Amino acid sequence: MADQIQLRVNGKTVSVTAGTVVAAAVALAGLTRFRRSVRGEARGPLCGMGICMECRVTINGQTHARSCQTVCEEAMEVRTDE
Amino acid sequence: MSQSFDIIIVGAGIVGAACAAECAAAGLKTLTLDRGMVGGGTTAAGMGHIVVMDDSEAQFALTEYSRRLWLQLRDQLSAEVEYELCGTLWVAADDEEMAEARRKEKYYTERKARVEMLDSEGVRRAEPNLRPGLAGGLRVVDDGVIYPPCAARFLMDQARRHGAEFRAGTVVRALLPDGGVELADGSRIGAARSVNATGPWSPELMPGLPVRKRKGHLVITERYPEFVHHQIVELGYLKSAHSVSKDSVAFNIQPRQTGQMLIGSSRQFDAEGAEVDHEILNRMLARAIEYLPALGKLSATRVWTGHRAATPDKLPLIGPSLDHNRIWLASGHEGLGITTSLGTGRLLADLLLGRDTAIPAQPYAPARFANGSVAHG
Amino acid sequence: MNETRLRFEVVVVGAGPAGLAAACAAAENGCRTALLDDTPWLGGQIWRGQQAHPTHPQAARWVERFRRSKASLLDQCTVLGPGDQRTLLAERPDGPRQIEWERLILATGGRELFLPFPGWTLPGNFGPGGLQSLAKHGWPVAGKRIVLAGSGPLLLAVGSGLRKMGANIVSINEQAPLSRLISFATELLRWPDKLAQAARLKWTVRGTPFRCGVWPVAVEGGEQVRAVALSDGSRRWTEECDLLACGFGLAPNVELPLALGCQLDGGFVRVDPCQASSVAGVYAAGELTGIGGADAALVEGEIAGLAASGREGAARPLMARRAAWRRFGAALAAAFALREEVARLAAAETVVCRCEDVRFDRMKSFAGWRDAKLQTRCGMGSCQGRVCGAAAKVLFGWGMESVRPPVLPARVESLCPVRRDKVS
Repeated sequence: MADQIQLRVNGKTVSVTAGTVVAAAVALAGLTRFRRSVRGEARGPLCGMGICMECRVTINGQTHARSCQTVCEEAMEVRTDE
Repeated sequence: MSQSFDIIIVGAGIVGAACAAECAAAGLKTLTLDRGMVGGGTTAAGMGHIVVMDDSEAQFALTEYSRRLWLQLRDQLSAEVEYELCGTLWVAADDEEMAEARRKEKYYTERKARVEMLDSEGVRRAEPNLRPGLAGGLRVVDDGVIYPPCAARFLMDQARRHGAEFRAGTVVRALLPDGGVELADGSRIGAARSVNATGPWSPELMPGLPVRKRKGHLVITERYPEFVHHQIVELGYLKSAHSVSKDSVAFNIQPRQTGQMLIGSSRQFDAEGAEVDHEILNRMLARAIEYLPALGKLSATRVWTGHRAATPDKLPLIGPSLDHNRIWLASGHEGLGITTSLGTGRLLADLLLGRDTAIPAQPYAPARFANGSVAHG
Repeated sequence: MNETRLRFEVVVVGAGPAGLAAACAAAENGCRTALLDDTPWLGGQIWRGQQAHPTHPQAARWVERFRRSKASLLDQCTVLGPGDQRTLLAERPDGPRQIEWERLILATGGRELFLPFPGWTLPGNFGPGGLQSLAKHGWPVAGKRIVLAGSGPLLLAVGSGLRKMGANIVSINEQAPLSRLISFATELLRWPDKLAQAARLKWTVRGTPFRCGVWPVAVEGGEQVRAVALSDGSRRWTEECDLLACGFGLAPNVELPLALGCQLDGGFVRVDPCQASSVAGVYAAGELTGIGGADAALVEGEIAGLAASGREGAARPLMARRAAWRRFGAALAAAFALREEVARLAAAETVVCRCEDVRFDRMKSFAGWRDAKLQTRCGMGSCQGRVCGAAAKVLFGWGMESVRPPVLPARVESLCPVRRDKVS
């Protein structure tokens, strides 16, 4: 039985299995917009492998964090669209 | 000899482009040539600041004049030029630097350049991300920043609107004594005068010219709007810009309109290559983090180098060359090329047409380096 | 030497099949070896998620063999570029690293090629490999309607993998014409395992339309993907979906090799029979030398690891196998070559550079990559030109110029790992 982890995405608590990446947690929180482009367009992950930079969110206060490469940790604070 | 122009400008960096704009506006049949495109050399590598500097009266005169021209041009500039009047904040780490800040305050105030003295608390309020414990600083209100490649293109477009011609991808092999040029393919283009505006590469066209390459490093960050509000420079910068022998670094950071920040600066002679020098980069960034402790955790996306065109007295060469009165110069601007491009263009056009200049042009005359009078610092 | 400065005889960058094989070979032959990867996982892209949910026996065997070897693993370690002599500058979550090497094996793999078309920037459009990676790490796909499009064997493999995770695969659309795929299938007879694998995968998605000679022309939706418009050159139709997995093949991650000065050949790192690059002491293996998949990567990695340990003789028997897999890679490239239509999908207002929002019509107005870059900032954003630069090559024929450090975005502090005490 897999461990469950609780973290918060935009203030909302999400429960995920251990090993889940932050990008997936954002999707599980029901969000599709991870960030806004320079001209304000909604963007989400594209490459899923850490090179397109479209999945960036703020994790525990650190901006520009690539959510597709970051594993969820207990009590993480994730904020999108910042 | 094909065609004939009043003036051929070699080099389409921001200085060459400004010269082209002024010459064309003055009615001269102008051709500009560059081995690449507009603004792709030193112009593309530099920081894009528009500042007044007071290393000498002549330097102040040219920077202040040029800054005024930029302010006048501001409303006409396209959005891509990203002209921001963020001001410069010179920061003093100790009493010695604070004394220097006061000297600058007096100097600029006497010459009607707007400045504001700040104490330790004032500096923290102006820039909350600066480390505590700085002695104070000086705010230079009307300084600003632009995005140089687009500014150079804007000026070249202005030149073209006045009938000037620009040919990219054209390598000039020689400046001919009669004012024309010879291209790498052997063909020649005739002109009454030519202008060498090739910056750090100027001595290639004029061997013996007292212009040396002075290498710099820059780092650009991701977008962090509001991390700094002004262009921030340490007063120790002046020691670095003064030094002519040592490799030196000095803290300098510039916010761009995009919210990205440029972190500099470094100066090296005898470093002709474009490769990043990790020792210098390390020193430069370590110094920047000393002033802005939170900078260390911010994300940097690119590091690059460029070469400034340095002269022995830190003033550019604007005017007819020593030996040929049909071969002119607009080069040697060191770290002030973006700022003084407009003043250079205006002075050059004035001198070519025999018009009165707004500031004395004599301090920038290439003839000052006639044999025996070359200064080595 | 403090703990942020590490020294190894052999450093391997990239823990995919090539890197795992290289690290095993080097360590098993007595070299003090380190394997670096910028993710927390082993297996690279192709074996993603194998540690949590092992499905690939080959992957499990290699991971196990690596763990038994004496090689050190530096995970979550992003290599930023060369530092001073034979040193790599790198960054881990807790701070910078300087990693000294005597021999360096680059196995940084490949990434998906994205080509712009109207709506491609909407959330919900992923590369096929990217969506598979995300799904293996928890991205919800069960019950989601997914269209796959673009090019390459990944489409079928990912479609099958996602179906197994409960997704509703609406259709799989390959841009290569049917004739080329039939010809490729015939060629696959030379690699019976591959043919069997392809047949098995196809069987798992039976019932799902698998089309050739079809490509995406637009994504529809407001804030996210809602439908995809597809075309076969004469007909155009729309399929509703929740997610789109669209990629046009793979491109090698040559940024680090370029930063080290390695010469390229046709876009790939040029290597000699022992996988040695043009830079002394630097080897390259896997997708870097040619897109060939895990099999080619494994044998190239092993050859590189043996060569780096001075065991070139032991590498020789492997070269025939490598040659066979290289032939496979060449057959793949020929079969799935991009048709000209997919290079012309962008409309005037289609964003080409996603990081700086530079539109197709603006980019097109410049003569070359450098001019476009300086004037519009395309390629100067966070992805450092990886997405738009590769697209610009296909769209405009523009070559990328040299790479500037860092090869991936880095914390400022990682670029100044040596911090002296402040001298007042």
